[in-house]
Amino acid sequence: MDRKDNFTNIKHLYNRAGFGIAYPDLLQLSKRKISKAIKGLLTVSNQGTELTVITPDEFKQQQLILSGLNGKKELSPDEKQQREDITKARNEKSRELNLSWIQRMITTENPLLEKMTLFWHGHFACRSNNPFYAQQLNNIQRNNALGNFKTLLLEVSRSPAMLDYLNNQQNRKGHPNENFSRELMELFTLGRGNYTENDIKEAARSFTGWAYNKSGDFEFNQRAHDEKEKTFFGQTGTFDGEAIIDRILARPETATFICRKLYIFFVNDTPDENHVKELAGHFYEQKYDISALMNSLFSAEWFYSKTNTGNKIKSPVEFLVNLSREFYVTYSKPQILIQLQSSLGQYLFNPPNVAGWPGGKTWIDSSSLMLRLKIPSLVLNDGILDFDGKADPEDEAVIALNKKQKPRPVRSYINAKADWSKFLACFPKDMKQTELAAFLLEPPVDKKISDVIASNIKLKNTAIAVTSMPEYQLC
Amino acid sequence: MERRDFLKNAAFAAAGTLVVPAFMKPFEALALDELSLYKNLVVVQLSGGNDGLNTVIPFGNDIYYQMRKGIAIKPDEVIKLNDMQGLNPNLNCLKELYDQGWMTIINDVGYPNPDRSHFRSMDIWQTASDANQYLSTGWIGRYLDSNCETCKFPYTAIEVDDSLSLAMKGMSKKGIALKDPAALFRNTNEPFFRDMINRDKDHLDEDNLGYLYKTMIETSSSANYIQNTSRIYQPNYTYPNTAFSNQLKTVSRFICSGLKTRVYYVSLSGFDTHVNQLNQQGRLLQQYAEGMNAFVKDLHQNNKLEDTLVITFSEFGRRVAQNASNGTDHGTANNMFLFGGRLKKQGIYNGAPDLGNLDNGDLKYQVDFREVYGTILDKWLDVNNSQVLNKRFNTLGFI
Repeated sequence: MDRKDNFTNIKHLYNRAGFGIAYPDLLQLSKRKISKAIKGLLTVSNQGTELTVITPDEFKQQQLILSGLNGKKELSPDEKQQREDITKARNEKSRELNLSWIQRMITTENPLLEKMTLFWHGHFACRSNNPFYAQQLNNIQRNNALGNFKTLLLEVSRSPAMLDYLNNQQNRKGHPNENFSRELMELFTLGRGNYTENDIKEAARSFTGWAYNKSGDFEFNQRAHDEKEKTFFGQTGTFDGEAIIDRILARPETATFICRKLYIFFVNDTPDENHVKELAGHFYEQKYDISALMNSLFSAEWFYSKTNTGNKIKSPVEFLVNLSREFYVTYSKPQILIQLQSSLGQYLFNPPNVAGWPGGKTWIDSSSLMLRLKIPSLVLNDGILDFDGKADPEDEAVIALNKKQKPRPVRSYINAKADWSKFLACFPKDMKQTELAAFLLEPPVDKKISDVIASNIKLKNTAIAVTSMPEYQLC
Repeated sequence: MERRDFLKNAAFAAAGTLVVPAFMKPFEALALDELSLYKNLVVVQLSGGNDGLNTVIPFGNDIYYQMRKGIAIKPDEVIKLNDMQGLNPNLNCLKELYDQGWMTIINDVGYPNPDRSHFRSMDIWQTASDANQYLSTGWIGRYLDSNCETCKFPYTAIEVDDSLSLAMKGMSKKGIALKDPAALFRNTNEPFFRDMINRDKDHLDEDNLGYLYKTMIETSSSANYIQNTSRIYQPNYTYPNTAFSNQLKTVSRFICSGLKTRVYYVSLSGFDTHVNQLNQQGRLLQQYAEGMNAFVKDLHQNNKLEDTLVITFSEFGRRVAQNASNGTDHGTANNMFLFGGRLKKQGIYNGAPDLGNLDNGDLKYQVDFREVYGTILDKWLDVNNSQVLNKRFNTLGFI
């Protein structure tokens, strides 16, 4: 591989495995073998510190107050106020959690770890209006993002957020609730067509008693557990939840399903089934070691082929993080990042449903595209966003109380600051406009692009023009 | 036309040759005689789960008063429609439409295994999925995807808002969201934007990049078409000054100016009334009724009411019994309202909810909402409903 190929490949790798790369880092890494860069991405420094916006103590304190209030028949005005205050505090923490994660993505030194966390966030899609549970699940996804899939799956399945979201808290002996069991197989592991309705029923019985307690810890409730025999995938035994998970993982279909989804996320909207099969083989053999799988994916020659480069539509979060990271943007009112996520169709911690965001072309419609094309000039020039977000259905109760039709202001100042001197200092003094465009864009710079930027004198103008192009939506 | 050809033609058009696809020249494409055949569907979404029982009040049933001691509407306040049901007094403005035969109420609309989460249930209503099925396209979007002759343009379905609802997104086609046609027109006519689409020739065959350019071209062309067409029409009806009425006023302007749009989408939110429901819901119902009254009369005055069908839905109704805070919690089946000049079954379509026969404290549905959609698709939008709803649904007799 010659130097120029290496330059292009490293850039591609960092776009897909992370959120872009700074110019000096790119030059530096281009001098070495690509395997070094992959190894660097897979080596996580500081073990990716957990996100903490709400501490266990704070959460326990709230729980204590709430359980006291829930026991009462009639609440005094003060007590009502107390309950309202907790709800308000929790909504505030939920927003803080969202922002602290997106800020983490913008500044992280472990881009692959955060990118994988984003992948698992969409794969194990979950909504919880309890920020402590949401934070817990997010940290489970981060701690195991590059670890072992079985551990990840078990911990997700035991998290209060998921137990609550998929009603396993109500899954009891004699009254099975099949919601968790169904999604476990349909969306988290095997995929449709690889199990029967009866397997769902029997698995649901095996998960009875998987619950969480008031402190937000997993608790196996023996009394609610159905201890009788179950027949799952043709085998009979007194299975519990973990035994079911083991049997699901023993099926190669699970490895294939996960690899296809990873392929769609990291490589191409249209999976090449031969490549998926190749990956799934490794994954199964390596006993679901995610890190080893990602290493084979990024090391595969086809990952760098022309069909797989510059052709994926960035998700809204990838788009926002990319731009902010690239230009060292700081937001003095970070709240705007939530409004942008929601307007562009990917509001973190609020997936549309348990199937996650469908991705690909569904990110783009006329209004989301128009907004995307405008955002760079607004963010980089600190402009005004004239855009009404839709009310989130979960915010409805708040809206009803506030007597306002819509909670968000019509005009929002972006209040962002790009560090232009830091950005520009990265480049050689004689950097040409087209070279900058080629660095900022993944699709090749053609005549159309060079014509549009031809009249620019300053690199800054070129940067704004280029990031406002449809080509910048791709990575 | 294949997408590739379509895009090539679009590029040629921009370069000024004579090969111009229809959407680039809306005026020429718009034969006047087509206009009279135009049937418009207007979808009104009430977000938050409007309490149907305090909207259409079953004042003839004593169970209603027993279960809602704090929030029931007194019989003498109810605007009576028959011996059993009547309208919330805040819906006073709807009575006039009702009496003209321009309004139909369908009771107990729902679906099997209802979901009580706002988000999920709205998803189900917008995608027309089963309760345990996840679809990434909306029912109107799939109507756009169907091979209907007039569905190829984004402006076939317009949402008067800044962002597009899932209902309006199909697999290959999507509607367009715009709150203010002039603003979208200005944005797509900025020199930089024009520059990008006019220079567009090289990348059009590439899949995702081609899709982005196609979306840009269509947005620009739709913005031009909508702005130029609707600019000519001078609205003369006075609407109340609320955000909801403004949306309807925009829709009316589009309909009256003869836009070749078939579906409009508007919404009013804030119906999640867990606490002190009476005032909150009353205020919203009043905004709704005043807006609808102006809208329907405006269309009637412009001879467009015959061509228009309006449906109103909410993601779920509330529980039959009130809660301890003089509010109501998330329930199941709900009523739907229809308005228009060509309703076959006017007034109340079916029997009132049976409050004595509940499912765990919730209303049992009589009509699947997809039967309502199916009827509209078959009889109003002229497309076989199974093509859009993935299985065949019975049609009803309201149109």
